[in-house]
Amino acid sequence: MNWTNDKISALVEPDRAHRKAYVDEDLFDLEMERIFERLWVYIGHESQVKNPGDYYLARVGRQPMMMTRDHNGEIHVLYNRCPHRGAQLCTARKGNAGRRIRCSYHAWFFDLDGRLDQIPASEGYDGTNLKMDDPEFQVQKAPRVDNYRGFWFASLAEDGPSLESHLGNSKVAFDQLIDRAPGGETEVVGECFQMVQQSNWKIFLENQLDASHPGATHESTGIAAMTIEKDMRSAGEEPPIAYGFLSDFARIGIDGWGKFGTVAHPQGHCSLEGYMGIRPDDPDTNEYVRLMYDAYGEKKAEEILGVNLHHVLVYPCLSVQPPLQQLRTIRPLGPDRTLTEIWHFRLKGAPEAIYKRALGYYYLVNSPSTMVNADDLFNWWKVQHGLESQGGDWVSFHRNAGFDVVEGEVRKSTPGSMSELPLRHMMQAWKNYMMSNGGGS
Amino acid sequence: MSNATEILANSDRFKFADVTTKTQLSVERFLHQQAEFLDEKRWDQWLSLFTADGHYWMPAEEEQTEGEGVPNIFWENLDMMKMRIRRNEHPQAHSQAPNNRLCHVVSNVIIENQDNNGNIIVRSRFHCAEYFRYEVRNFTGKYRHYLEKTSNGYRIKLQRTDLVNREGPYEYVLQWWL
Repeated sequence: MNWTNDKISALVEPDRAHRKAYVDEDLFDLEMERIFERLWVYIGHESQVKNPGDYYLARVGRQPMMMTRDHNGEIHVLYNRCPHRGAQLCTARKGNAGRRIRCSYHAWFFDLDGRLDQIPASEGYDGTNLKMDDPEFQVQKAPRVDNYRGFWFASLAEDGPSLESHLGNSKVAFDQLIDRAPGGETEVVGECFQMVQQSNWKIFLENQLDASHPGATHESTGIAAMTIEKDMRSAGEEPPIAYGFLSDFARIGIDGWGKFGTVAHPQGHCSLEGYMGIRPDDPDTNEYVRLMYDAYGEKKAEEILGVNLHHVLVYPCLSVQPPLQQLRTIRPLGPDRTLTEIWHFRLKGAPEAIYKRALGYYYLVNSPSTMVNADDLFNWWKVQHGLESQGGDWVSFHRNAGFDVVEGEVRKSTPGSMSELPLRHMMQAWKNYMMSNGGGS
Repeated sequence: MSNATEILANSDRFKFADVTTKTQLSVERFLHQQAEFLDEKRWDQWLSLFTADGHYWMPAEEEQTEGEGVPNIFWENLDMMKMRIRRNEHPQAHSQAPNNRLCHVVSNVIIENQDNNGNIIVRSRFHCAEYFRYEVRNFTGKYRHYLEKTSNGYRIKLQRTDLVNREGPYEYVLQWWL
């Protein structure tokens, strides 16, 4: 189908979206072209390529890319493709290429910044059109690469808004991930978990700030966790704080999630205000707060810890939960397949117990044995199937539609509601990005 | 006694212990039994195979020698295992309906060490087919068990399960132990 601006525009109404936005192959290709291969897409954290020669594979839209660190310590984002015959240069998910990247096919050598350094028996090219310094024979770089405080992004568009301007209000996600460390630095822990969602990438983003789903979707897990907590307390044991992340689903119930407001920001970003008892009055937290006071002084430390934020969606590819030190990035593979990388972070200088709390969430919610996302993944898969059917054309976002509270450049959910504001907001942003030809804002 | 992960880490994982045929057979029977309890979902019996401080462990990386304080695919004590059973058997655990079926084959059983108290470190290989949502998935890998010898037979202090494809990507999550 030829998706003209008019046809695209007709897919998104103020309170509903057409199912084709989630299932159509041609629209998916357009999304890759106009959203994922144009906007700033997350590549990875600098600590994924700590040493010179390190590389880490990533995907930007449909393009296989890699983040590298050269021998001057600079980070680059390159297409993972040899300019000779097109072979993929690095195949392991991560590694160290040594002094130079060697193509396995004909042993062309490249510096970590993509520069062609050496071709075996190069006299065979004497007098030909191949020149060592010809841009065509260097490993191609992402047109624009930038980082925000060590979080690296690439844009495959030559022009467009700067990274900082695209991130806008969502910068707070990264500020919080870093500033909450008494040591002023954060780093990834271990390898990420990779999971394939058998559903459209937008369904994942919509789920993240959908307040009316947790109590229903995760009821069984909430009840089981609450029972075990109770059993442990009757046996005189104190259950781990992380169990509370699960029992909350039962405690808060199906209709109790309205107390956590959501905010719609420019560029399609969204955020959720705080919950989950992130600052309980326990010895570990108090020790952590003391370390924050020592590091920043009381006033600044309270400013950092006082940011009312639980979850930030950085459009189009990130879900960040700074108080729990988690970051999920999505790599769409097709209209009905989405790869997620799930990372967690260690705050330098924070007590081990604070890391263990984040690790507890990482395990219970985001590991391959999660009893939480198991039910989400199944819902998304079922939604994908439903939207592929002809049993109805529209996806409803009507909850509290028309009742958003406008505050300057942001819009907030109706107080006390489980508004579908973030879902409406992201679909409007989608429409704008999909229709614009210059893109980016 | 130091903790079970440390004992496994310090044991030579290529060693063959010189044990009696009777010990070999009783350890094999124990491993077959634990696999059968998983396949048949006999949860009370499965839990009773563990010591009070026992753990089921599926590390995220092969080089891992510790389960506590690092990312894992599974790292569960009895409380977590009870939670998982309660949750997966709950009528509202919608992603688990219809419930899966597992079928294990455990083989290549090599007793690595038997200490003076009769405690055993044993390694083996498994293959497990899972029938879930009308499709079959296959898992394979190696087990390493640290078994405590008690008056009631062996009990699991630590069951380490290393999947061959531990780094994923995972097409769907694992809800039951393998």
